[in-house]
Amino acid sequence: MLDDTIAAIATPPGEGGIAIVRVSGPDAIRMVDRIYRPVPGGRTLAARPGYSLGLGWIVDANGDKVDEVLVSLMRAPKSYTAEDVVEINCHGGQLPARRCLEETLKQGARLAEPGEFTRRAFLNGRLDITQAEAVLDVIRAKTAKGMQIALRQLEGGLGQRLRQLEERLVRVNAMVEASIDFPEEVGDIDVTEATGELELVAREVARILRASQRGRIYRQGIKGVIAGKPNVGKSSLLNAVLREKKAIVTDIPGTTRDVVEDYINIRGIPIRLMDTAGMRDTEDLVEKIGVEKSKEALAEADLVIIVLDVTSGITAEDRKIAAMCEGKKTIVLVNKEDLEARHVSPGELAELFPDTPIIHGSVKEEIGLEELEDTVEAMIVGEGIRVDDMEIMVNLRHEQALRRVYQHVQAARKGLQEGVTLDCLAVDVWGALEALGEVSGKTLREDVIDRIFHDFCIGK
Amino acid sequence: MEYHAGNYEVIVIGAGHAGCEAALAAARMGCKTLLVTLSIDSIALMPCNPSVGGPAKAQLVREIDALGGEMALNIDKSRLQIRMLNTAKGPAVQALRAQADKRRYQREMTATILAQAKLDVLQGEVVKIIAPGGRVEAVVTRTGARFGTKALVVTTGTYLKGRIIIGDVTYEGGPNPLPPATKLSESLRELGLELGRFKTGTPPRISRKTIDFSKMEEQPGDDRILNFSYMSPREKKPQVSCWLTHSTPETHRIVRDNIHRSPLFTGVIQGVGPRYCPSFEDKVVRFAQKDSHQIFIEPEGLDTDEMYVQGMNTSLPEDVQLAVLHSIPGLENAKIVRTGYAIEYDYVIPSQLKLSLESRKVQGLFTAGQINGTSGYEEAAAQGLMAGINAALKVQGREPLILKRSEAYIGVLIDDLVTKGIEEPYRLMTSRAEYRLLLRQDNADLRLTEVGYRIGLATEERYRRLREKVAQLTQVRAELESSRISPSDARVTGLLAARGSTPLRDGVSAWELLRRPEVSIEDLVAIGLVSDDVDAEVREQLEIECKYEGYVRKQLEQVTRFEKMESRRIPEDLDYDQVTGLSNEGRLKLQTVRPESIGQASRMTGVSPADISVLMVYLEKKRRRTGAERKSEQVHGPVAE
Repeated sequence: MLDDTIAAIATPPGEGGIAIVRVSGPDAIRMVDRIYRPVPGGRTLAARPGYSLGLGWIVDANGDKVDEVLVSLMRAPKSYTAEDVVEINCHGGQLPARRCLEETLKQGARLAEPGEFTRRAFLNGRLDITQAEAVLDVIRAKTAKGMQIALRQLEGGLGQRLRQLEERLVRVNAMVEASIDFPEEVGDIDVTEATGELELVAREVARILRASQRGRIYRQGIKGVIAGKPNVGKSSLLNAVLREKKAIVTDIPGTTRDVVEDYINIRGIPIRLMDTAGMRDTEDLVEKIGVEKSKEALAEADLVIIVLDVTSGITAEDRKIAAMCEGKKTIVLVNKEDLEARHVSPGELAELFPDTPIIHGSVKEEIGLEELEDTVEAMIVGEGIRVDDMEIMVNLRHEQALRRVYQHVQAARKGLQEGVTLDCLAVDVWGALEALGEVSGKTLREDVIDRIFHDFCIGK
Repeated sequence: MEYHAGNYEVIVIGAGHAGCEAALAAARMGCKTLLVTLSIDSIALMPCNPSVGGPAKAQLVREIDALGGEMALNIDKSRLQIRMLNTAKGPAVQALRAQADKRRYQREMTATILAQAKLDVLQGEVVKIIAPGGRVEAVVTRTGARFGTKALVVTTGTYLKGRIIIGDVTYEGGPNPLPPATKLSESLRELGLELGRFKTGTPPRISRKTIDFSKMEEQPGDDRILNFSYMSPREKKPQVSCWLTHSTPETHRIVRDNIHRSPLFTGVIQGVGPRYCPSFEDKVVRFAQKDSHQIFIEPEGLDTDEMYVQGMNTSLPEDVQLAVLHSIPGLENAKIVRTGYAIEYDYVIPSQLKLSLESRKVQGLFTAGQINGTSGYEEAAAQGLMAGINAALKVQGREPLILKRSEAYIGVLIDDLVTKGIEEPYRLMTSRAEYRLLLRQDNADLRLTEVGYRIGLATEERYRRLREKVAQLTQVRAELESSRISPSDARVTGLLAARGSTPLRDGVSAWELLRRPEVSIEDLVAIGLVSDDVDAEVREQLEIECKYEGYVRKQLEQVTRFEKMESRRIPEDLDYDQVTGLSNEGRLKLQTVRPESIGQASRMTGVSPADISVLMVYLEKKRRRTGAERKSEQVHGPVAE
């Protein structure tokens, strides 16, 4: 319990200037170094002394920047927990902190229990005896509360789906284990049946994860950019969208938002529009603000809507913007289609924006806006959302565990396909079950043994 | 009349599979030992199935051997057939199983016991354990002999208040018409031990000459040299076959028609039976959709006509047993030699034990084997060995030997018994072991022989062989890892082509080459990359270590985490009432089991993660307070003149 590395958001929820993600434990430095890119000339954490501060970026697995951060380092034992502690100071609001936290979890940190930093501080001798009782209170109070919340959650639709998953995984485990422990009574494992069960589990876990990600999108929004050269119709587009829906109100419980200045609402998805060079009312925008600055804004964006002017044709500026948006989720709106002069050919568009949805319309005449919203929704939350998926609000801990379930199940499927021996296959099948057990707080090993005797006629 | 009959350092009651190992271990570790048995003619009796090994059990036998126990050597001497099970399921779950010549097994073990230095054997029934002030002092036999002792190992199997049930016939008795031990049960209760009651059963034995084998499928042994013991001579022995037949719809009809006469269903049997070894009537009722079950016919020995009917254990009335047998192909004319029966017996609820198998209530009292609620010869022998070792270590004033779950199946077995509590006779299964990939039967010696040697049980010869093996293993592995093979090496290109493996693109080490699933260590021997002189066991070990390296590393990482928790000790006398914040259920469970480490506590059912947190904080608080007191004593205490 004290030997692994834990992470959590250490600042209270809500909007603030900064949010801090605290990582503590023997691997804290190594883990954060893998996702931290110091500014040129800066040093990695491993190379830095304790009590030091560095500027840089947290990046995701693809190397894409998540947030610009200040990272402070406190080396053991001179830290709050007396372990190596790294604190990532990111931009305020929940989203940057959450995304930074997620990256540390992907590196193998465990989401801290309520009060766990304090408990570690005590166990490692940082707090004195008088504080011990307070620590106990923290553990009791927070876990009891956490448990209540978790239980409430598990009573709902998610709980039911998890129990079905559990049932399936216990069955697969029992198949593997029965074949190992009772070879003469049970015989070899039915590969087709086992694969089928695992496929169902993988699909369901993926769906829950997807739904949970969607839930997060609805709750926390995405970053968007409307890009285009001046007078192409960006502001009109913004106004058109804003005029329709002043407040972001959705049918999904808990996602009602007040009007936020820089948020627009498309089909219930809060989109925070970021400033880009193209959005400023300047003459020679790209030159003036600089390509680098625009690139940075675009890099952060989850979605880019490029607006083109059909009357002006595709210009060098448009090409520059297109180049900057490469690799992003992009939608192209060809504006001013209501006018006579058309200088953009389909061939040109297809060449410049391969595999990109292209919408022809007119912001002024409100042509194509519906199609634009459809496209945004499809692109961000995917198609075919089912009503029961809406109930699913998976917390980060569950999501982390479910992701491990998914990885183990996929590894097991691959193993079955490649004919890995049962003893090794079992490592992943057990792994999936144990990870799932973390969601429901159960140890399922005994369930498997019960299942063996229930399903198979054992006993020579 | 009671008389003083002598003093021993260790006394073992019962000479079954647990008692034999316990007595031999204690004597071999230098303790003056007495083995008391109800019948000298029944030493190492196999009252049920005529086989040793199988998944998890084979690993146990190998571990017993690696530590310096006897079971593996004894079955190697007395086996009729040996097979490797699960060969296609991976090295971690491969398992040897041997059919035993029961009489020979007994004869060989009896000879070993009688020849053992420092070990006396006595036929008699212990009726009383004397333990004033909660410490074992002496035992008294029915004939009045009183033996003083420092440690006592009780391995009475199913004999404690044994009751035999066949249909509506019941009588007091132990297995194989030996008398039950009735008085000892009371004596254990008087010492404050809590007893429970379990049930098990055995099938009828039938006469070989009345069986028609032509209607059955032959089950021969493996055609290669296989041994349980690392020390047994590598020689080929003749193999005796088993036979497979199946029950029919008619069989099941007979069972159903007579189910009202089964003591399991009439309520005559109260004890809880094992799910992994259900009676035949139980199988018919519970799996009603199946109209056929496997029945194995297994020889009981070379010099007997008796055959064991595996899969047919039953307590149905004798006439029904006959009718059932006669409905099975090949057994139409079978004659019963011994009737199948169920047996109920007292067992000691094992959560009252420490991990050393010593009772927490009575110092110096150890229990091992079926008395602790387990089933199986192997489970019994493993506990007997550990109880014998720990009794000897206690007498010698040394720390007990406790094997971890990550170290041995023996560790899993004992920790399960003590920590988790049991609701049915306990059988070890590989699924109970978290670190199965590390606990293989092929590496039991590498895991445990050093331990056995250190405590003075494994012999010099055994230790020498281990060191040789380790040296060769290390050396050959280093060679394989450092060797460079160029992609143009003709021997290797030829081999890869022949095995349908993709050609090398860059230079690799022989170790990396061996990692390919298509390439075996024998291939490397054939093309001269591994020397011919390398021992077969070493070759096997290298191949497993290489091919399973990734998975094994995963498990080793888990073990590191696991052991940190195991190393956080909980004081034996901790007053859980003083620990504020524990849940009620958690407190109750902790008070009963009294776990020895935080790790053990966290495996207990009913103890939540929050309880563990509370406990850790409490222990730390306590530790610091004691530390502070000690410090203040040093400062303020009286100054010596």
